[in-house]
Amino acid sequence: MNKVQKAFANGKAFIPFITAGDPSLEITEELVIRMAEEGADLIELGIPFSDPIAEGLVIQRADERALAGGATTDKIFDMVKRIRQVCSVPLAFMTYMNPIFTYGTERFMKNCRESGIDAIIVPDVPFEEKDELMPYCSNYSVELISLIAPTSQHRIRQIASEAQGFVYCVSSMGVTGVRQEISSDVEEMVKLVKQVKDIPCAIGFGISTPEQAAKMVQFSDGAIVGSAIVKIVEQYGVDCVPYVADYVRRMKKAVKQGV
Amino acid sequence: MLKGRFGIHGGQYIPETLMNAVIEVEDYYNRYKEDPEFIKELEELLNSYAGRPSLLYYAEKMTRDLGGAKIYLKREDLNHTGSHKINNVLGQVLLAKRMGKTRVIAETGAGQHGVATATAAALMGMKCEIYMGKEDTDRQALNVYRMELLGARVHSVTSGTQTLKDAVNETMREWTARVEDTHYVLGSVMGPHPFPMIVRDFQSVIGREVKRQMLQKEGRLPDALIACVGGGSNAMGLFYEFIGDPDVRLIGCEAAGYGVDTDKTAATMATGSVGIFHGMKSYFCQDQYGQIAPVYSISAGLDYPGVGPEHANLHDIGRAEYVPVTDDEAVEGFEYLSRTEGIIPAIESAHAVAYARKLAPTMTKDQLLVINLSGRGDKDVAAIARYRGGEIYE
Repeated sequence: MNKVQKAFANGKAFIPFITAGDPSLEITEELVIRMAEEGADLIELGIPFSDPIAEGLVIQRADERALAGGATTDKIFDMVKRIRQVCSVPLAFMTYMNPIFTYGTERFMKNCRESGIDAIIVPDVPFEEKDELMPYCSNYSVELISLIAPTSQHRIRQIASEAQGFVYCVSSMGVTGVRQEISSDVEEMVKLVKQVKDIPCAIGFGISTPEQAAKMVQFSDGAIVGSAIVKIVEQYGVDCVPYVADYVRRMKKAVKQGV
Repeated sequence: MLKGRFGIHGGQYIPETLMNAVIEVEDYYNRYKEDPEFIKELEELLNSYAGRPSLLYYAEKMTRDLGGAKIYLKREDLNHTGSHKINNVLGQVLLAKRMGKTRVIAETGAGQHGVATATAAALMGMKCEIYMGKEDTDRQALNVYRMELLGARVHSVTSGTQTLKDAVNETMREWTARVEDTHYVLGSVMGPHPFPMIVRDFQSVIGREVKRQMLQKEGRLPDALIACVGGGSNAMGLFYEFIGDPDVRLIGCEAAGYGVDTDKTAATMATGSVGIFHGMKSYFCQDQYGQIAPVYSISAGLDYPGVGPEHANLHDIGRAEYVPVTDDEAVEGFEYLSRTEGIIPAIESAHAVAYARKLAPTMTKDQLLVINLSGRGDKDVAAIARYRGGEIYE
């Protein structure tokens, strides 16, 4: 069993997202370790990008803060190495194709392998373009996570059949961000994936409350939360760690036991 | 599997949420591009509404003044709405109607594409929303009002560098949120497949007309074609018909801003490197970590950090040349054409005029040079006055 599969081995998974370098790489390092201690099953680390077209305002601002603070891909790899000395939580990078391509896709995956990154999520690389990444991911044993969306329809079968790690089910139309209501179609999406392949499905986009998370894992294997956490980081800045830890603890409890 | 490639460039690097939408656009386009009724309706619009064919005008005074090649101006500035943008927009909005969409959205830089989209939407009874960088809504205030007059809603984009690139980001985000009833009328030969192909096809009327008009007037093909390049739609529209004519030089003029050796530039071919952004693999101005660079040009329409993938390929294979033109040169070109021919060009097109002033004298008198006058300059008059120290505000 690889690390990504392990994230789903203890019941329902809670998967938090933070932007690396927001507000600083030191705080990001602390956040990862604390979130793992509070029970995060897999952590998504965003490599900030100047033009994150799949993100709503909250994560756009986090990317701007991180870049203004001097976060770079190299510094983020160094941070991951430091985290790996004390923490074994499964880690996935979430970023866009250009930072990977321009860094050198092979070099990027090699560094993922050597620093201890288990998977990557690249929202602007759909099924049709995954050869841009897949050969390098395979060479360096980095799992390429596939996304499916409410508009995917007949594409779900195709995407699921070649998916690895877990399937990231985008719950809503549009960009990332906190939402009051999450469409019920996502339950159908998960069912379709499972018909094709026995692979964990985690739901993201729009989830912020324990109630929403508990509801989503009734028919899926995990809940992904980004903007709600990044908002806490934005609000408390360098003092955010205990607030984020508290939030993760409550969300994890909701995911494991319901509310 | 790999769709929409031009050499290594192009592709479909977009979120999964948009994939079925672009596949749908491609399916409908392939269905209608050879449909006689669709073609007839579009031709009728281009001729009776937009004023095509546009003139190929012999610029005699300019020719005499520069003392070299015989210079012709392709007068896309005379089209309805004042630029070449209407060619693509009429095609796409007509297609959107066939697709059953009721709403169109678009990015705009200088406002020319936004005005054209708002115009076509008004004509064809579609809702219309335009995304424009805050910096551009400030420097092209008149165009904002023009779009509103045409019934469009204009969103001032305050993220990132607040220019064309950010307007594209925001329009893509909006499309992701609402693909069901909305078509994204992409304004240049860029973005994910099939847009570079569709926009090129709708713009290629420019080059087809030039070829026909030149054969009528001179009985032979031109020796060189010059057009400005931001994303590259007017240049691709002019070049496409001539790609297979190896003796015709194709020259694209990029906006160099303060110069290619400064960081205030938008000359993508001269200063950029291969990357993947806005749905396509192409050349982009970026740093070593793939962060897209803040670019600069006096021209809002050329103030873009990338270039269309077909241009990137024409550059790679050496079929087209791309040259940088600075703000200063463009402004001089703007003033020169106004004084010499009584034609005020868009500041974008003035980049092509500026390079023609350098090139024409190096050519012989029996050689033929065509400049694509992609738009008219009324929108730029106040900004150029300010550039020259005047205090004129719109």
